[in-house]
Amino acid sequence: MAQTVLHTAASRGGADHGWLKSYHTFSFASYYNPERVNFGALRVLNDDAVDGGRGFGEHPHDNMEIISIPLSGALEHKDSMGNIGTIEPGEIQVMSAGTGMYHTEYNKNKDQRVKFLQIWVFPNKRNVEPRYDQVKIDTPEKPNTLVQILSPNPEDAGVWIHQDAWFNLGKLEKGSQITYSLQKKGNGAYIFVLEGDIEINGQPLSARDGFGIWDTDSFSIEASAAAEFLIMDVPMEF
Amino acid sequence: MENRTEILVVGTHEDILKTILRLLNAENAWYAEGVLGCEEAIAKCKSHAYAIVLLGGGLAEPEEARLKTEIKKIHPAIHIIPHYGGGSGLLYAEIHSALGTRT
Repeated sequence: MAQTVLHTAASRGGADHGWLKSYHTFSFASYYNPERVNFGALRVLNDDAVDGGRGFGEHPHDNMEIISIPLSGALEHKDSMGNIGTIEPGEIQVMSAGTGMYHTEYNKNKDQRVKFLQIWVFPNKRNVEPRYDQVKIDTPEKPNTLVQILSPNPEDAGVWIHQDAWFNLGKLEKGSQITYSLQKKGNGAYIFVLEGDIEINGQPLSARDGFGIWDTDSFSIEASAAAEFLIMDVPMEF
Repeated sequence: MENRTEILVVGTHEDILKTILRLLNAENAWYAEGVLGCEEAIAKCKSHAYAIVLLGGGLAEPEEARLKTEIKKIHPAIHIIPHYGGGSGLLYAEIHSALGTRT
């Protein structure tokens, strides 16, 4: 029987630093809830909005797979490997921190906020050589289909990470339904609603709600209003 | 350093170590020192009682295991924790969590 966990948008931790407004689904920075540390290998799910021209100064990372998905605006990145990149909606960025790296992240534009998701996944291999990549997300050919944006396989669609994880973006029209099959035995899925309203196996979810489901092979997603969402399929044991 | 939590950061990369130390030492309640590698870390712990040892990236698993064993022999109550980073994100949370200063 499937097990589930619901994290409503309003139950998230948060921080308002003026220039930065951040919502934390899992314990992060000053938000600490021992019951919300991770969902399997998924450790961090931050929903950030950064004022024009502002950003995160130089800071380190070790042994984490870090994925950034811009929702609006543009995010500029510079790192200790010599990479300089800007990502915008329709793109995804990944860093394998491995043995260690440091970077800065700034809002590229002075006149508008950048909004983005930052996601951290525990790797399945320690101390890999640090790596940076960014790719454009494929536009779905058909409506009401999922778009894979991350996998463990460099040859697959989207970016890849050192973990048996698969991320898909979904966009459903009102009344549409799809079934998602988990990619690997022992994996669970964490669904984060970006916009609109969906139901997962009958559980209603609205924008910025998160819902985890595991001990199942598949589940259904139905849009009760036009909706966009992210499915993160990750190992529950890692 | 009175009343400040003393932290030893063990890494393998000098620039990353500097970045971590700068962030930790920006907090008034903490004082952090850094070393590169196991031998120096064990020597430091023999001469000083840190509250926390933060293990940075690049250390092989046998090195981490050895550090945990050797340092715990010297200071059984010390907190030895992995570092994942993120500046004010997980880095600070890692320290607070180990100290039990956040509820």
